[in-house]
Amino acid sequence: MDPTLIGQGLLSGFLFGGVYSLMAVGLTLIFGVMRVVNFAHGDMMVWGMYLAWMLSVRAGVDPYMGFIVCALGLFLLGLVIQRGLVERIIDAPHEMQILLMLGVALVLENAALVAFGPDPARVRSPLAQGTIWLGPIFVDVARLLTFALAMVLTAALWLFLTRTDLGRSMRAAADNPYGAQVIGTDVRKVYAVAFGVGAACVGAAGALVSPILPFQPTSGLGLSVTSFNIVIIGGMGSLPGAFVGGILVSVAESMGAVFLSPSMKELVSFGLLIAILLLRPAGLFGKAAT
Amino acid sequence: MKILALLAVIGLVGLPWVVGSYLVTVMIFIFFYAYLGQAWNIVGGYAGQLSAGHAAFVGIGGYTAALLSARAGLSPWLGMWIGGVLAALLGAVIGYLGFRFGLRGFYFVLLTVAFAEICRVVALNVDAVGGALGLYITFTGNPRQFQFQDNRVYYYIALVLMLAATALVWFIERHRFGAYLTAIRQDESACEALGVDTLRVKMLAMVLSSFLTGIGGTFYAFYLFSLQPNAVFGIPLSVEIVIRPIVGGAGTVMGPLLGSFILSPLAEISRTYFAQGGWTGFHLIVYGVLLIAVVLFLPQGAYPALLRLVRRRAA
Amino acid sequence: MTLLEVSGLQKRFGGLLAVAGLDLVMASGEMLGLIGPNGAGKTTVFNLLSGFLAPDGGEIRFDGRSVVGLKPHEICRLGMARTFQIVRPFPQLSVLANVQVTTLARHPAMPAAREAARAVVERVGLGPRASELAGGLTLADRKRLELARALATEPALLLLDEVMAGLNATEIDNMVRLVGGINAGGTSVLLIEHNMRAVMSLSHRVVVLSFGEKIAAGLPREVAADRRVIEAYLGEEYVHPAQA
Repeated sequence: MDPTLIGQGLLSGFLFGGVYSLMAVGLTLIFGVMRVVNFAHGDMMVWGMYLAWMLSVRAGVDPYMGFIVCALGLFLLGLVIQRGLVERIIDAPHEMQILLMLGVALVLENAALVAFGPDPARVRSPLAQGTIWLGPIFVDVARLLTFALAMVLTAALWLFLTRTDLGRSMRAAADNPYGAQVIGTDVRKVYAVAFGVGAACVGAAGALVSPILPFQPTSGLGLSVTSFNIVIIGGMGSLPGAFVGGILVSVAESMGAVFLSPSMKELVSFGLLIAILLLRPAGLFGKAAT
Repeated sequence: MKILALLAVIGLVGLPWVVGSYLVTVMIFIFFYAYLGQAWNIVGGYAGQLSAGHAAFVGIGGYTAALLSARAGLSPWLGMWIGGVLAALLGAVIGYLGFRFGLRGFYFVLLTVAFAEICRVVALNVDAVGGALGLYITFTGNPRQFQFQDNRVYYYIALVLMLAATALVWFIERHRFGAYLTAIRQDESACEALGVDTLRVKMLAMVLSSFLTGIGGTFYAFYLFSLQPNAVFGIPLSVEIVIRPIVGGAGTVMGPLLGSFILSPLAEISRTYFAQGGWTGFHLIVYGVLLIAVVLFLPQGAYPALLRLVRRRAA
Repeated sequence: MTLLEVSGLQKRFGGLLAVAGLDLVMASGEMLGLIGPNGAGKTTVFNLLSGFLAPDGGEIRFDGRSVVGLKPHEICRLGMARTFQIVRPFPQLSVLANVQVTTLARHPAMPAAREAARAVVERVGLGPRASELAGGLTLADRKRLELARALATEPALLLLDEVMAGLNATEIDNMVRLVGGINAGGTSVLLIEHNMRAVMSLSHRVVVLSFGEKIAAGLPREVAADRRVIEAYLGEEYVHPAQA
């Protein structure tokens, strides 16, 4: 096996992991605060991608600038979904939550299909052109930029959760919703913001990925499943877990593509998922069950 | 109530002789998806173990029968049972891993999805089973090869499948197995404390459900004459299987049937009227909206709501 | 005849020793009260006995055989049944159907199971409510249902976890009479209770648990007079009827 190939795969996987991390962090935040599994996560990301595409094609905005708008747009969508739908079934059995979000996923995915058609779309980024050579390995500037911005956003989220009052309320509500209410936290607002922020993460992730990979409305499903993989491997509700898990899964998939074949790379992450589900369902960073 | 059911069955039996071929085809899909939904109902509705990967069993059943027919000359009438057994084997593996390791709710759903996706990726990449092109079945019209010239034969097979599965679920509901399933769905730990071997009961439900679904796979393969990995192992098919019992009423005998009679025509209408204007996939938006509506307003499904309505009118 | 023999039972949660080497013996037909402050480990002991938790050390012998490592449903089949502190009825089933789930074990046919269930339902006094949905019952009735379901397993030993909690005075009197009747009928009972009147009047013997350790055991009036028990749990105010 050519070491250059391996090295290339490692680097490529690592950089792409930034997006996976951002995606997973959004999902784990929603679960951690609200105990809701967002089955529509991947489809929200696809909408982030298409928003970036529209900005690029209609308004000439580079996705590496426009991602802020995508994040905001998805934030609003998340708020609407949470207030309008999720809030109503917050106390319902988990199966109902799963089915509700599945319904949302179906609507989002096929609305995109109807709006944009089934053919793959791509976004051009005038800002991020060219490649950088590190010895025998090369890196697309676009991938580097995507990684960097994804890291910046993740860091910003971390600061928000640890330094701001609202962020701390969210973490408190995640730990103990009843207790948080007792001390006067507006739990409804916290939930809405959590869902919105989670959606914003994935909207930004979508925008950042749009210049790198072609995408289509049906991509949403695969992205959702990948998000769940990462979050379970890292530990549901654990932000460090989602972060590390994203990089881990991306590198694993990349190695899968190198050693097996590009279309079999999903087997690696599924294999990892099943192993974790059976051996340590709490994930790498979650609390182990007694 | 029983007279109504009998009349309905008689009506369905006579239907193909009075309507055109297009409607017969629509009915075939209604019956077939009702059958798959009913098979799912055993483990997903009654036992309450949500599986979003049941397409895997359709795929395994279909591929087995198709491959045995094409490579070994084995009649699909026999291959069907082997396909069912193989599907049941996979079901047993998934069930054992899930239940033994205490995976519930979301974790179990994800496990089922993972297995279905693994099957899909494998089928897509292994050329020996057709690879990305899938499998095609040459048309011979030979009944011994589960092929019929007349659409109406498929109609009756699908009808028999649907009625047989429904009868089985009706029987289960009225006996010990069904009582255990319903109790487990409501509180598994309490069942354990009361002496119910919940692992064994859930395994039985899973194996039965996957066996029946696997048999359906043979019908799928020999009615559509082709097996595409993405279509037959993919999540869209799992969604089609799951949504009918859920909308109609999971854990009820009539739920999957009602759900199929509501959703299949809806899908067909939106496909016919909206497919042209570039509105492909519109019927899935309808599915999504219905799913949301059912969860918010009719969490037990359409059938129990219908019963309540009827009882209120009678009172 | 010894029905239950617990020796050196231990359970750890992380760094906390929830049950610290408990020894316990119950004779057939006995009613043993298990009391102690909240967090003493009483429900943990029940979970260990009934197979919901695995012990970290020690032995549990029921009817002469070890039950450590058996699954809850196996232990139940052997003759040890439990109720839950927070009652867990099957909300969408009727009272009768709730109990029927249990009787199906010994009566596989539905009609026979229903008859056996009806007998138990009548015995606990829920006869008039047999066809009501369990989800709509009052707390007192739900406690009876919980008791009925456990009773329907035809146990040799019944583990009752705070079966009087949340009941008013009349309901408690009824429950005391019911539990007393069950014990008088030959079923051994291990009773976790905070209601001292009930425990002391029903129990043949009492065991006191505090911070996972047995601090006293013996006849109710002996335990009530025990200095350590008064300090750890009962307080000065409690006066056993025999001492009054």
